[in-house]
Amino acid sequence: MNPSTTVQTTVDESLSAAARAQGRTGRFHLPSRGERRNLVLGLLFISPWLVGFLAFLVYPIYYTFRLSFTRYSGFGQPTWIGLANYQRMFDDQVYHTALWNTFYYVALAVPIGVIVAMVLALAMNAPVPEVPVYRTILFMPSVLPLFAISFIFLTLLDPNQGIVNEFLREFGIHPPNWFGDTRYAKIAIVAIAQFGAGQVALIFLAGLKGIPQSLYEAAMIDGAGIASRFRNVTLPLMTPVILYDLILGVSQGLQVFTESYIITQGGPANSTNFYVYYLYANAFRYGGQMGYAAAMAVVLFLITFAIAILIFQTSNRWVHYDVT
Amino acid sequence: MATITRDQATGAGITDLERPGRATQRRLRRLLGQQVVPRIILIVMCAVFILPFYWMVALALKSNHELSIYPPTLWPHSLEWFNFKKATEVFPFWRFLWNTTAITALTIIGSVISNPIIAYGFSRIEWPGRDKVFLVVLASVFVPFPVLIVALFDIFARLHWVNTYLPLVVPRFFGTAFWIFLMRQFFMQIPRDISDAARIDGANEFQIFWRIILPQSLPALGVISIFAGIAAWNDFLGPLIYLQDASKYTLSIGLTFFQSQDSYDVKFNLLMAASALVVLPVVVLFLLFQRAFVEGISVGSFK
Repeated sequence: MNPSTTVQTTVDESLSAAARAQGRTGRFHLPSRGERRNLVLGLLFISPWLVGFLAFLVYPIYYTFRLSFTRYSGFGQPTWIGLANYQRMFDDQVYHTALWNTFYYVALAVPIGVIVAMVLALAMNAPVPEVPVYRTILFMPSVLPLFAISFIFLTLLDPNQGIVNEFLREFGIHPPNWFGDTRYAKIAIVAIAQFGAGQVALIFLAGLKGIPQSLYEAAMIDGAGIASRFRNVTLPLMTPVILYDLILGVSQGLQVFTESYIITQGGPANSTNFYVYYLYANAFRYGGQMGYAAAMAVVLFLITFAIAILIFQTSNRWVHYDVT
Repeated sequence: MATITRDQATGAGITDLERPGRATQRRLRRLLGQQVVPRIILIVMCAVFILPFYWMVALALKSNHELSIYPPTLWPHSLEWFNFKKATEVFPFWRFLWNTTAITALTIIGSVISNPIIAYGFSRIEWPGRDKVFLVVLASVFVPFPVLIVALFDIFARLHWVNTYLPLVVPRFFGTAFWIFLMRQFFMQIPRDISDAARIDGANEFQIFWRIILPQSLPALGVISIFAGIAAWNDFLGPLIYLQDASKYTLSIGLTFFQSQDSYDVKFNLLMAASALVVLPVVVLFLLFQRAFVEGISVGSFK
């Protein structure tokens, strides 16, 4: 799931096109007949999106916000209870655990994901003729359904029948009961996430291919070794792509759900009870705590945006857009 | 510095002997950096990435007796192909397959109809404010779907759409931000003159869209069909929320049948056989259309 640099360039193009259009036509002017005709036609063509956007996105967000101030079981009418749901979040120990679990997961899975994808992309960028074969193998898991991958890991990491623990025993390591141990369950789910690294690696690879060879040659003339070339040429030029992956990775990481639903049902002892899992359970399991779940959804929405903005804000310190 | 002083000290004759040595060393280092090390990394990672799928197939082919052996066997002794047939009998596989296929097909139809129309309005017609509105399309990608599930469920419940396929399918007829983006990228590559020429010939915008632009966009429509289809096939949270009668389940939530029956006696071989059957169509599609996937990646995501 991730859009690549192309998103960025298109946004830039769109912005500059809009700026140009404004400069050409002036700020205040009456639209000509042709322009009005185009406006009507344009709106007509995008009208399906507009309807869907309002019905399936804007209205549900507004509705979630409203529900968050109510007690509502899903039947009858919601009862207005003011900020009680938000207050409840402050006192709810399980909610705190779910929040902590989710941050823990994101803080591990996202940076590890960037590193794994970067290593894979660098390796695939080497002049090895059989790269397409590796690419196929590495990319395939990101296309396959997460629920199936979760079931596979359930058997793969099974303490008795799983092959991973058998390998560990071969090496003399006492293997943990992955999904049955509060210390390892989250880490196992972080590991599952890495099987989607092939997709990010391909986006990174496209970025690597876009780095002009002349920069490396110049660096080599200056006597830069492999490490120095990576740090001073590759990494700075890859920062826009890394920024996009970070923002999308964090957004997706905050949504982690399927693995804990299928493998652990949030357990053991709430150690894999993630934010969305707890939200889902409140809305659809625990006798319809729809109002409380809506309040959690509002907070998740705010957290997602706050982190995205935070990453964007710090990005001008580490992202280089115009090195070439 | 050190080498220079040594060269000076040892004299020209030895430098000549040393030069090819150093060149070989450099070539060796290069070979190591560009061929050997990347290969080792890739082969090891490929082995790690294949392992879960090997294990799925290996378990699917094990007999019940072999499952109970400890430590587990790495390679199934006797290949129980019959497990695949048995797996389709433990849960209503064919029923779920039909349900999933129906949702997938309707999703593809909806995506192929709506996204080109919308993308056309965002690329081939110039209207004031167009690119600003398009930024809203792009921004909508960042709204996490789980944030909406409570409200969407209640809205669809009031429409009596819950426990039908409508909540899963109808929104796809109103466009999906990523496919709009992908389609728009494609449309923008088609030269403007083509539309202008058709306009001079008296064609209206719908005729231009339908007769000229769309026929040129079949590859992009193909990419969208594949991605939208796989997204529907792989969807878990949507069916989990909206479908209540077991007879309406998709394969994704149908697989959880294996757990609910008796959680302490999950037949791993049958579970993996069923998983393999669910994954197989995606694997085949992926191998057939790998180029489309790789190209789609450079434009957007499909999850």
